[in-house]
Order: sequence, then structure tokens, then C-alpha cells
Amino acid sequence: MKITQEEVQHVAKLARLDLTAAEVERMTGHLDAILSYAAKLDELDTTGVALTTHPQAVVNAFRDDEVQESLPRERALANAPEQNGESFVVPRII
Amino acid sequence: MEHYSLTLHEALDQLDCGAVTSVALTESVLARIDAVEPQVQAYLALDREGALRQAEQADARRKNGQGGSLCGIPLAVKDVLCTTLMPTTCGSRILEHFVAPYDATVVTRLAQAGSVLLGKLAMDEFAMGSTSENCAFQTPNNPWKIGYVAGGSSGGSAAAVAADECFASLGTDTGGSIRQPASLCGTVGMKPTYGRVSRYGLVAFASSLDQVGPLTKDVRDCALMMNAISGHDPRDSTSINMEVPDFSGALQDGLQGVRIGVPKEYFGEGLDPEVDRVVRQGIAMLKEAGATIVEVSLPHTEYCVAVYYLIAPAEASSNLARFDGVRYGFRDRTADSLIDLYKRSRSQGFGDEVKRRILIGTYALSAGYYDAYYKKASQVRTLIKEDFAKAFTTCDLMVSPVCPTPAWKIGDKADDPLALYLSDILTLSANLAGVPGMSVPCGFHAQGLPIGMQLQSAHFNEAILLRAAYNLEQRAGIAGKKPLLV
Repeated sequence: MKITQEEVQHVAKLARLDLTAAEVERMTGHLDAILSYAAKLDELDTTGVALTTHPQAVVNAFRDDEVQESLPRERALANAPEQNGESFVVPRII
Repeated sequence: MEHYSLTLHEALDQLDCGAVTSVALTESVLARIDAVEPQVQAYLALDREGALRQAEQADARRKNGQGGSLCGIPLAVKDVLCTTLMPTTCGSRILEHFVAPYDATVVTRLAQAGSVLLGKLAMDEFAMGSTSENCAFQTPNNPWKIGYVAGGSSGGSAAAVAADECFASLGTDTGGSIRQPASLCGTVGMKPTYGRVSRYGLVAFASSLDQVGPLTKDVRDCALMMNAISGHDPRDSTSINMEVPDFSGALQDGLQGVRIGVPKEYFGEGLDPEVDRVVRQGIAMLKEAGATIVEVSLPHTEYCVAVYYLIAPAEASSNLARFDGVRYGFRDRTADSLIDLYKRSRSQGFGDEVKRRILIGTYALSAGYYDAYYKKASQVRTLIKEDFAKAFTTCDLMVSPVCPTPAWKIGDKADDPLALYLSDILTLSANLAGVPGMSVPCGFHAQGLPIGMQLQSAHFNEAILLRAAYNLEQRAGIAGKKPLLV
């Protein structure tokens, strides 16, 4: 398999990463090596095999619908790079 | 003998009989840290005043006949566990100044047990790595050979215990990150069953694989730490609500009636001959202790690296989306649009390996590739899980090496990610299957580097691991052996 630099740039865009030209080149090589290796899985016929997405079969671990204490606003905002005492501040969107 | 060189249970005995105070233990460990830390580099943060204050409180509680199971014992935790008293960086620039608004449940439990929190330990950025070289701030050294890796991603947690810089530590294990550094540094390390220990406040890497566990100086200490941290947590819906046994009770002499499986696939190509020899000697010791040794097979072992390095990055790419420069962490202040802010903050905040795994994961989940990669890997994960279930019908636990080689020189494998990923082959399956795994010191390589034995059992049967590990420790006779530092 051959991953192209364009594919890496496309995936980087989806992941909200800016890569330098040198990074794109290096990551293309690494991704190609790793994904080519992963193609090993094609040796196995998995027709009809269920997916395991979680190691324990826990279903719907619900708690009672009761109001509980939540994180106070000032503590939730305390690590924000920019905030105004009420909200997180970001560059204008609209 | 200096206080710092005691095991955790020895220190508890001395506290119990009044031979030592928590303040004296803490001062001894702090002095030890001052002496060896310039070489070992295990700590990212150290809270001297806080630790001494907690030690004084522990001594006062003991005087009043109070205090929990670890009252007065100085410990440290991997910097991926949230703490309100110290920053939590995850070894990343993007969280360099982050102070969590709450404590991880395991941190709370250690505090409730009365322990003293010394500091936070170095790790690969967001726990992604096998050497701790991906830490943005420093690379911990192997106390047995400075200039060699301590392993990863919980390298600081293993190095600090091996160097007597704390009585025990917590690490996290997503694909071997407790067991492998434990093996390379000659400490005991346990990855509990998925769901045994709360993940609340553990900064997520791969949520279906991550688990918190202890690194300790001996097996008895491991049992004590396991009892302190295990149990259901309403704040982690994946933690399982079932009774936690008294793990210390599992430490019985003899292994009569215990069937130990040796998975033939774990002794294959690429295994260092000395690692092979030391582990086989360990198996002979377990047999001497009364165990029956049987050969077992985990036929899908050769696929576990491919499965893991699709599933773990896929989950990571999703989990790490939260680092966007808005709510916490590094922000690039020159960005003039929101998308730009995300991109610039993430690109400058994350290191190379984290970017690589986000890219792999995003690729594996992206339109057109999901079936071929993520879905396929999740199906093969089922086959791996079934291998374990089948093996445990003929044995009670399995033993093997942890890592195919002893520790290597810092920098030696840094430029070949796939080669490094392949070195994780013996530990990844336990996380994929969710079973508990443990590393116990088994012997030494000719160069003087430690070699651990891995033990794996069925879900929630950590007790059998501790029992077998205890018997190995008794017979291997190396538990008190220390690296020469300073």
C-alpha cells in the first residue's frame, strides 16, 4: 500500500492539525509503514465475527435521575486561556 | 538501613510499632530524591511542603488511633492522574500549566487510605510510548543503568520505585505501560482487570484499554496498593460493581493445584536469548512451588500489534479532540478564526508521537477506511479475546516474558515507530482482552539489567497472579536487590 502526502494532509485537516512540509513527508512514511503492516489483518476471514469495542459486557450503567452537585463555574473556567467570568472566550465565529 | 529503602509493608510495620514517624519517612524519601533525582529524572513535580504537611497529619491521626491502610506512607503518581494540589501535564506542552479542578478517584482513595502524595511522575506524552522519551519535559533514566530507558509509558513510576524515591507509585497501562517499565526497572507492576479500578480523573488515551495500577517494590506491597485503589466508582460507569477480595490473603506459600499455561507464541522470534533463559528459569521455580505447567496457545498473538495500533489511536484521536485551546491548555493567541485557533494550538501543543497516533486513528475512522481498519481490528479483537477465554479453560494463569528484550539505550529506537510498536507484542493482548496482567522481577541479564516475568489470568482473578508472583519472588531471591546509584 502507498499512503500519499495528499491523504496525510487530508487526515491532518480532519484532525485539526497543521503539519509543516517536513512533517507531512515524515508522517507519510510512518503512516505508510504502520498501515501496510496493519494490512496483515486481511489474512483473517472475519465474516460474521462480532466487533469488540469494550472488554466488559456492561449495558446501560444508569444512575438515578437526581440532581447532584456539579463543578462550580469559576473552577470550570479556572484553566481557560481566555474567559470573561461567565464563558470561555473564542475568536468571533459569526 | 535508611528509611527510604524499606518496602511499603516494612514501613507500615515500623509506623505501627512506633519505630518511625511519617515525617521521618517523608524526610528520608525527600533526601533520597535530592540525591538521585539528578540522574534518574523521574519526577515532573514534587510537593515538599505539601508532603510534609500530610505526613504531620498522618502522624497525628496515628497518635489518635486513626488512619487508613496506608496511613503515613509517601507515594507518587503518574502525571496522567488528576490532582488538585499539583499540575497534571500528561507529559505534554499542551497541558504544561494545567491544574485539575478535581482529584482522580484513585488519588482520592490513596488520600483516604492516609498516604502522603510526594509528586507527579514522568511519562510519555499522553501515555503514548514505550520508553518515556516522548515526555515533553524530561526522559527518566533506568536506575539500573543511567542512559538506558526506564520503559514506558509509566517510566517515571517504575524508575522512582526502583530508585527508592517513593514507597510505591501508580501508573496506567493501555498496552503494557505498567508491566513493561516494571520489567525493565525490576519492580512489581500490575495492570488490573479492566473495570477493577476507577478511571475517573485519568486523562483518557484509549478508553476501552486504559487501566490504573500500582508499581511496587515487592508483591506484598502490590496487594496492599491494589486493595487501596480497587472497587466500583459511581463516577466511572465502566468500573464494575463487584466485591474486592483481600489481596494480601492471596499470598500463600505453594502453588499446589495451580495450572500455569505457557503460551508458545510468546516465546517466538525476536526474543532475546537471555530473556528466554531467565523466564524459563522462573517457570521452573513455579513448578518447584507445586504448579502444573501446561503448554497453551494464543493463535492470534501475531495480529495483536496491528489490532492495537489501529484501535488505540482511533480512540485517542477521538479523546484528544478535547485539547483545542479553548477550555484548558495551551492556546496560540495569534489565531484569528476558531478553526485556526484549534489547528495552531494543537499543532504547537502536541508532540510528534501524539500527532502520529491522532493521524493514524483519524485515518482508521475516516470515511471509506472505517470497515477496512477500525471495524476489522475490532473483529480481530474478538478473536484475541476468545483465544484468552479458551486458554483459561485449561490453565489458571499464563506466564511469559513481558518485553522481548531488556532495557536499551535512550535514543536507540527513537526514529522507528513501527519497530518500537512491535516491542509491545507481549503486553498488548491483555488490554485488548481486558484481562489482568502483572510483571514480577524474575532475574537479570548479563549486563545487569532486570528482566520481569509476565503473569496473566482471567478477568477479576488478580488474586491468582499475586499468589504465583509471591511464590516466584520467594524462590527467585532477588526482591531486596537494589541498583547502585550515586
